Amino acid sequence: MFLYGFGPVLLAGTLKTIELSVLSLAVAVLLGLAGALAKLSRRPVVSGAATAYTTLIRSVPDLVLMLLLFYSIQIAVNHLTDAIGLEQIDIDPFAAGVLTLGFIYGAYFTETFRGAFLAVPRGQLEAGMAYGMGGARVFARILFPQMMRFALPGIGNNWQVLVKATALVSIIGLADVVKAAQDAGKSTFNMFFFVLVAALIYLAITTVSNVALIWLDKRYSLGVRKAEL
Amino acid sequence: MIDILSQFGRAFLYWDGHGASGLAMTLWLLVASLAIGFTMAVPLAVARVSDNRWVSLPVRCYTYVFRGTPLYVQLLLIYSGLYSLECVRAHPTFNEFFRSGLHCAILAFGLNTGAYTTEIFAGAIRAISHGEVEAARAYGMSRFTMYRRIVLPSALRRALPLYSNEVILMLHATTIAFTATVPDVLKVARDANSATYMSFQAFGIAALIYLAVSFALVALFRRAEQHWLAYLAVGRR
Repeated sequence: MFLYGFGPVLLAGTLKTIELSVLSLAVAVLLGLAGALAKLSRRPVVSGAATAYTTLIRSVPDLVLMLLLFYSIQIAVNHLTDAIGLEQIDIDPFAAGVLTLGFIYGAYFTETFRGAFLAVPRGQLEAGMAYGMGGARVFARILFPQMMRFALPGIGNNWQVLVKATALVSIIGLADVVKAAQDAGKSTFNMFFFVLVAALIYLAITTVSNVALIWLDKRYSLGVRKAEL
Repeated sequence: MIDILSQFGRAFLYWDGHGASGLAMTLWLLVASLAIGFTMAVPLAVARVSDNRWVSLPVRCYTYVFRGTPLYVQLLLIYSGLYSLECVRAHPTFNEFFRSGLHCAILAFGLNTGAYTTEIFAGAIRAISHGEVEAARAYGMSRFTMYRRIVLPSALRRALPLYSNEVILMLHATTIAFTATVPDVLKVARDANSATYMSFQAFGIAALIYLAVSFALVALFRRAEQHWLAYLAVGRR
């Protein structure tokens, strides 16, 4: 029988992996934008805090951070519920996975966005101001669309790394595609085959993302002439 | 905190009572896999930039597969997957090799970092300036001599900033070795966590150790860049 009847389990795991990646990406992008603006801030306290965030997070392995945050948040919540006399609340592993991955990759996105913000010529922002636009409008109409073009290669890289990092959440007990493959392998004594299937699924996800990124790159580079070498 | 340090301090650094553990094991994993990766990457990078498709395509496939799948899955495939195959267990040498989690971890990490390093070096070889190669040809150097004297020294130097990134990422990647029962820093942290239930302290110590090693590596590579890339005036403030 094809996949020994474990097809639906693997499919559910794959969907979980994609869901986790996309949601963490959303959290990471939001944190990255906030972090980049904070890092470029003129206030030393704000930019210092953002620098500490990116330096610390990027120097510690993501798996260590995941375990640290995952266990510590649960214990902190337990202390909190004990203190106010509530019953124990078990954190949903999925939500914890999304938040920790988003928090970790937010640091990488901060660096990507910071570089991209700096790449937008200052004169364009000044021109926006001269038209009487406010800060938010300059951001939405001038800074953000142009920044995206510079940030896109970095975003693509981070996305590929993020997708592969989601494989680690099976270690904290989430039923992603790796966990599904391991379970299927254990019960059919066919570990090699099922892990290979999981690997192929990841390869398919990265290939599709690659194609999508090439398309997005074209889309955001419309109207920019390439130097002919 | 003091409890954990007095009970697990030695295990975190070098010895858990049975063998090397903690930081010593992590560094050994890092050095061994980087050595494998580097020795593979130099010839493979040369093959990767070859005009002959039959030479470059296999290398391209290798880097594509190993860069497109998570390292954790690769480790599972080698450690749990290969060893579950009857034909691997039947062979005495393979049986001996794949039974050890440490061997499997080093093999998986070496193959993985080899793929990334190949692409880094291949990029550096492609970026070499036209004139240098032409000058080498004009001197009548053979292909091999040209690569040995001109192309590789220049390309490896220019690859240094990207390679340092890869080394840091590899350090971070060694943390999954504990899933193959290798007693690295994170394994000791997990043992300390399950023995004391002080999760924040146990994993916090591990995080600090990795932080210190990362900073040391960054400083080391900065010195290396100042030394070998001095003529490009980068890495200098």
